[in-house]
Formats: sequence, structure tokens, C-alpha cells
Amino acid sequence: METETIQCALKPKEYGSDQEVKWCPGCGDYGVLSAVQKTLSELNIPKEDATFISGIGCSSRFPYYMGCYGFHTIHGRAAGIATGTKIANPNLSVWMASGDGDSLAIGGNHFIHAVRRNIDINLLLFNNEIYGLTKGQYSPTSEKGKVTKSSPHGTVEEPFNPGELALGANSQFFARVVDTDVKMMVEVFKQAEQHKGFAVVEILQNCVIFNDKTHGIITGKETKADHQLFLRHGEPMLFGAEKNKGIRLNGLRLEVVTLGENGITEADILVHDAENKDKTLQYMLTQLKHPDFPVALGVIRGATAVTYDDALHAQRDDEMANSKFASLDDLFLSGNTFKVE
Amino acid sequence: MKTTLDKVVIKFAGDSGDGMQLAGTLFTDTTANLGNQIATFPDYPSEIRAPQGTVAGVSGFQVHFGTAGVHSIGDAPDVLIAMNPAALKANLINLKSKCTIIVDGDSFSKKTIEKAGFETNPLEDGSLGDYQVIEAPVTSLTKTSIADLGLDNKSVIRCKNMFALGMVFWLFNEPLEQTIDFFNQKFGKKPLIAQANITVLKTGHNFAETIEAFTTSYVVPPAKKAPGTYRNITGNESTAWGLMAAAKKANRDLFLGTYPITPATDILHELTKHKWSGVKIFQAEDEIAGVCSAIGASFAGDLAVTTTSGPGMALKTEAIGLAIMAELPLVIVNVQRGGPSTGLPTKTEQSDLSQALFGRNGDSPAVVIAASSPASCFDWAFEACRIAVEHMTPVILLTESYIANGAEPWKVKLLDELKEICPNTCNNVEEWAPYKRNAETLARKWVTPGTPGYEHRIGGLEKEDETGNVSYMPLNHEKMIQLRDEKVAKVAVDIPLQRVKGKDANKLLVIGWGGQFGILFGAVNEMQQDGKNIAFTHFNYINPLPQNTKQVFEKFERIIVCELNNGQFANYLQAQFPEFKFERYNKMQGLPFQIKELKEQFNQLLED
Ligand code: SF4
Repeated sequence: METETIQCALKPKEYGSDQEVKWCPGCGDYGVLSAVQKTLSELNIPKEDATFISGIGCSSRFPYYMGCYGFHTIHGRAAGIATGTKIANPNLSVWMASGDGDSLAIGGNHFIHAVRRNIDINLLLFNNEIYGLTKGQYSPTSEKGKVTKSSPHGTVEEPFNPGELALGANSQFFARVVDTDVKMMVEVFKQAEQHKGFAVVEILQNCVIFNDKTHGIITGKETKADHQLFLRHGEPMLFGAEKNKGIRLNGLRLEVVTLGENGITEADILVHDAENKDKTLQYMLTQLKHPDFPVALGVIRGATAVTYDDALHAQRDDEMANSKFASLDDLFLSGNTFKVE
Repeated sequence: MKTTLDKVVIKFAGDSGDGMQLAGTLFTDTTANLGNQIATFPDYPSEIRAPQGTVAGVSGFQVHFGTAGVHSIGDAPDVLIAMNPAALKANLINLKSKCTIIVDGDSFSKKTIEKAGFETNPLEDGSLGDYQVIEAPVTSLTKTSIADLGLDNKSVIRCKNMFALGMVFWLFNEPLEQTIDFFNQKFGKKPLIAQANITVLKTGHNFAETIEAFTTSYVVPPAKKAPGTYRNITGNESTAWGLMAAAKKANRDLFLGTYPITPATDILHELTKHKWSGVKIFQAEDEIAGVCSAIGASFAGDLAVTTTSGPGMALKTEAIGLAIMAELPLVIVNVQRGGPSTGLPTKTEQSDLSQALFGRNGDSPAVVIAASSPASCFDWAFEACRIAVEHMTPVILLTESYIANGAEPWKVKLLDELKEICPNTCNNVEEWAPYKRNAETLARKWVTPGTPGYEHRIGGLEKEDETGNVSYMPLNHEKMIQLRDEKVAKVAVDIPLQRVKGKDANKLLVIGWGGQFGILFGAVNEMQQDGKNIAFTHFNYINPLPQNTKQVFEKFERIIVCELNNGQFANYLQAQFPEFKFERYNKMQGLPFQIKELKEQFNQLLED
């Protein structure tokens, strides 16, 4: 992406707060914090309008480190609280900061329903595949067999893939980023903010203390080129250091091909369509994983649909404009009343 | 011959498909219009699809009306309308002696009698000897009277309830016009159905007039009421209206975040009709999201409410703790039902009091208030909002199935007659800090996202005094616990003193709270008229208690707390006022008190 000069009213740092940031040194959350501040600055969002709502977990401390309005709530419930905030004041730019435990375990119900309703909120889903704040238990995204403090013999359960789960719940916007790439995060966060509806951004985040390098193969300097497929709407799905590898649809399956091998040309490579209402291909993209595939990053799905808050307010506005009552007094005096003189 | 009565209890009972709720409601509407005092209660079967003709499937509607002294739905019916043997069976356990029973004679067959659980036909075996039984061929006369309209059998049978209603109107010398108007309006597009109902109504009326069975008809003269406009209203409706009125007076949008649960759902049904007034409704995915959305809306500046019943309340407790910590206004309406667990979903109880007072982790005080009667739910919902907004605290409003589904006339209050509600806002950023408090109320300021210059963060972690920053400091935590406690305690300064009915008495003080007001008041009132040394005080403000509570208790030799639970309010009072002995009268049957049983109990205490 070209670097453009943007006139910003506030510098990224000015979106920060006076509170000392208390994540562990080296935690992936730091990168996300600066990317979010940059995003707000570049989009010129008034500081008082950006509202950060979180649940419980390391990442849920996020609101304290922003100088905006913020609400650090209870475990799993940020979606419910953010929903009320957005309905009450649809002009706010509402962001949720939540982890894999917060949104996919204890808050799983709220997550799928927020997605289904498509309320205009941005969810920063910090996925480090571990419980950090409680010091190292497996989470619903920990890979099967993972040895943790609460699974010394390895877990015996299948993890969620947040992308599959979101699309299964009819998500209109699902994106994935890595915490090591601030530029990528800013590009994607901006799209999430500009998208009208519930925007899920899964952040592959590193917990340096309890699950170090769990996304290492995707983010590592040497390996990332072959393991990151950064998707942009309308662009071919190419990756690799030379951008000579790509994704092709073969029958009903995706496959990795190399340009110039076996007669493969760019014409064979899939062009990403994030806006397609049909999510079949996008769903397949959420599933790509090591070792056979690179991991799909960027906006995997970004389709337009009516948002919950717009629909709710449109219905209410309509009722308000066409009511047979001018005030509550009219209601109270309507229908079956009787007078005592 | 016409006999004048001062009050009467009528119960319409039949199979759940027999239209008893409609018959009862139409009777109530006409009676209310005639100016009687009135109280009603629908008694639904617990199972939506209980088998036809069984006692479990009986649906009832009780109306108590009169010239004076109608404080409750009445202990037991003077007139029972039983549309089938099961309806008779279900109500035989609770009838006044000399009760008039109108039965549909056509509904008594060997099969239906057995299904209802009678061994022999009660109309023939002499077991109803104490009562005046009027056997009317309701089904057959309904059929013949509208045979020429060409309706299908189901539609014909559905009119049966109007035959019974017609008879009751004759019995109490009430006019048919309002009911006729109702059908003409409701079935304007189906004139045949309207005509059928009206014909059957008149047939029932004529039948009662013609047969010799009724030796007399009755007249219940209108009550002396304060002048004004009245309307009949249920507790759930008036709760909804009180919330809407409070939002207008606070100049905030009303937000309801909720999840359906019996018996609170009618508040949602009512509010959702009134989006025109600016209400925002969010039907959440569960109880937790319901309360959380309300907290989020409150954070953003709406007057936020969540409605529920006991089991839902249990799910909301963590979030209510958050609202206590965040010191945000929030109204939680708990329409109580029988517990624990799923308990008795359609029956009344007052057993969520301890839950409201104590059901949270940590030292987490919330304001708790309770409504007295169907119409008063309006005032208490309004008051809950006022306290929440002016004192920046969650307020739990307890109502109960008995008053939520029950109805009585409400003297309409117009917006101009209501107090202003003043949100505790801030317009001087120099003087502002997130947890800086009003010196009198200790309420912090309510500043909402979108307001430039006041950006701040709140949350569930302990707050530093004034700044609201996260703090784990030992002394700060202790101070904040005390501040939150004091803030709620200080609401006592802002509420009326506790009143006593029967100031000259000194022997027995009867204490009640919440929705059993009418019955308790009625019982004590009757005993006072008999010259008994008894007084009554009723609590609506539970936490904090009115400031003069102790002085009220001091005068009496004996104190008895009457409640529909195993002694929760008594325990609460006992803990606060160990110097008094609180005796208990507890009822846990899913039913309201009865005046008769209360008087027996009180008389015994007076004699001991
Ligand atoms: S425990 Fe892990 S996730 Fe939590 S702050 Fe430390 S590094 Fe970050």
C-alpha cells in the first residue's frame, strides 16, 4: 500500500492515557495498542467518540491505556455492554477488546449473537490460544493435545477456529492480522472501523510468558513470507517472498500452486472477493493452515448488510414519526377510561 | 327484587380454551366504569397445554368489586362460574359458604365428571348442599341461539363465555353496552363473529332474567373515589408506564435490555408497543446480556432498565455488581414468582428479597424497593428510576406475580403532576473527576461517552477514590466499600418517613412489604373497625429503610412480620433491630394471603 500523508487532528500518542501500561514486556498487546492509536489518528476520530469496552483478561486491560471513554467490564460480557452502548448512542465508534477466553469460552454466546445481529461494533479479538491472566490454562482455541497447566497430559478437545465460528454465525466482516505487523493492523483496523456492522478482527497475538511463539511459524522473520497470505479485495491471492506462490481453486478445494510451474500463470490464481455475499470461498480461506497452507490474513470477508443499530433506530424513528399519540398523557388518557367527578 | 351489597367476589373458571380471561376482563371493564373499587387476578394453568377437562387445565379470573373496602382480590368467591366439572372441582376447596355457583349443566357427563376427578356427579350427590347452584344449559342454548348464523362449530362453542357473562351482568344489574361496543370494534371486519358473541351475551342475560332460579339480583353502588380520570391497569402495564414517564421526566431515552421470563415478560410486551415514545428495546440472547446491555446503555446516558424474575435475577448478579462498582444508574425489575430454581413460574411469592439484598459477591449494596399494588407499580417504577439517576446506583424494584398480573383502577397521572428527575450531570470540567462525589448524596457524576474533555475509564476493578483509576491499595479499598455503603444509606434522607395505620394502638404491629399490601391492610382495617388494638405498617423502601423505622417499632408490645416466604424480611429486620422481637407469619403456597387467615392469626396474638 502506498504511504499517503494524512492530516490528523490528534497524533497517535494523544489517543493514549496517563496510565502505565502493565502488560509483560514483549507482549503482543503493545503492538495492537499502537496500531489502534494510529488507526484512530489516521481516521480522525474524535477522542470523545471512540469508546473501548472490554471483558476480562490481559487484553481486556486495553481501555485503561486509551485516553478515550472506556469500560473494563466482566468476564465474557463486553459484547452485551457494548451492544447497549451502541444502541444508546449510535454516533459513537465502539470498540471491543477481548481475548479468546473472554469471547469464545465464557462469552461465546454473546459473541455469536453479536455477530448474528450485525451491530456496528469493532471487535479486536486477541487470540493467544492460552489463558494469560490466570497464568497458563488452555483456551478454546488451544490446539488439541496442548500441554498447559490445566492440561498436563495434553488437551483432549478440538479448538474453535474463530473465523469458522464467526462465518458460521453469519459474520459480515471477518479479518485476521498478526500482532507483529503494525502496518498490517492499521490497514485492517481502518477497514473494520469503516465497515458498517459487527467487524471481527482476529489478532494472532503472542503471549510471551505462557504460550510464546504459538503463532511463531506465521510471524517468524524467516517463515512468515511462506506462511502469510495477505488478502486484499480484488487482488490475486499470491504469497511467498517472491510473490510467486498462489491459491487456486481445484474442484471444491483450494490448493497452493507456484507460478511458472506446470504451466501455472496468474490467470489461474484466485482473485480475492471479500465483498461476495456468498461466503463459501471466504469460509474455506478461514480454514487454511500450516503445514499445507499459508494462513489467510487481511479482510477475509467484508460484505455489506443492514446493521442492527440502523434497523432498530429506523423502526423507532418510524414509530416516533407516525404515532397516534403526541405524548404519554395521550396514551394514559386513551382507550377505556372513566371519570369520577 | 334487588339487594344492595357493598362488595362481591366473582370467579370465572373454565378450561383454558373457554375464554374466562376475556369474560373476566369485560366484566371488570364495565364494573370499573360504573365506579366501583375493583381488584382482579388471572389464575392461569401452569402448563400451557394441560389436558382439556382436567383440573390442571383450569384457567380462572377473579374479580373483587365493591363500594368500599376492596383492598385485595378477595379471599374466596361469592359467585363462581364453572364452565365444566374440572373448573368446579378446582375451586371447591375455596368457596364462601352460601356461594352462588353457576355451572354449564351441558358440560357434566360421565366422562367429564370422571376426568375432573369426581367420583359421583356433584350436581346430583348432594355434596353442593351448602351452595346455591344454578344449572344453566350454557352450551346448548349458545348453539341454538346462533344456529342460523352458519358459523362452524368451533366458533359457536367459543361464544359460550358470553352466555355466562350475560348471566353475571343480569345478576349484578350491569349494562351490556360496553361489551357490545367491544365486540363491534374488535370484530369490525368479522361482523358475524361480533353478532354471534353479542347474541349469546343477550341470550345469557335473558336466560337469567327468565328463570326463577335467582331469587334476587344485586346492586353494588359505586365507590366514593377521588375525582379524576381512571383506567383499569395491571401491575406489569403500570410498571412499564412508570418507567416511560420517568424517562420523560429525566429527559433521557428509556432503554430496556431484557430476556423473556414469566411473569415479567408483559413489561417487555407493553414497552415494545411504545417505541413511538422513544423507548429503545433490546431483546437479548440471555438474561446476562439483557442486564449487560442495560449497563452499557446507562454508561452511554440512557435511563436503562432490565426486567426479570428470580432465576433471571440469579444470572444477572455479577453484572449488577459491576453496576455497583461502576456507580451507574440502573433499574432492575424483578417480578417475583415461586422459587427456588424454576419453582412455580406462574404463582406468586415474595422469596427473592434476600437475593435482592444480598445476592452478590463482595460488599455490594443496592437500593431495594417494592411495589404495593397493581396501580402503584407506576409510582414505584418511577421512584426506582428517580433514585437510580439521582443517586447513581442500581435500584432493584421487586414486584410479584400477584400484583403484576392483577389489575385495579389507576387514577391517571399526567406528566405535569410528576416530579422532575434530575440526572447528576457535570458541566464544569475543572471540578470534575470520575469518582468525585456530590457532598450530600455521595453520588458521582454521570458523564457519558461523546462528551469532549471528560474522557475517562470505569470498570469492575476497585477504583481509587476520586480519580477512579484502578487501585489495589488496602486503605483505599476499605474506604471505597464504606463510601458505596454510605451512598446507598444516604438515600434514606431522600425518602418519606415510614407511616403507621392505627397510631393509637400499642399492642400488635403488623408489618408487611411489597405486593401483599391490600390484603394486609384490609385485614387490619377490619380488625380496627372491630375495636382491636392493632396497627399496620407497610414497607416499600427496603434498603435503605426509612429513617424513623425504629421509632415505629418502639411503641408496640408485639410485632409480626407477614410475608410470602420463609421469613426473609423478618430476618432482615431482626438483624438490624436486635432489640425487638419479630414474630413471623409466613405463607409459602404460591398464593396470596387471605384476610380470613390473617385475622385468625392476629386475633390469636392479641389474645395470647
Ligand atoms: S501474560 Fe501473556 S498475554 Fe498477558 S500480558 Fe503477559 S505476555 Fe501478554
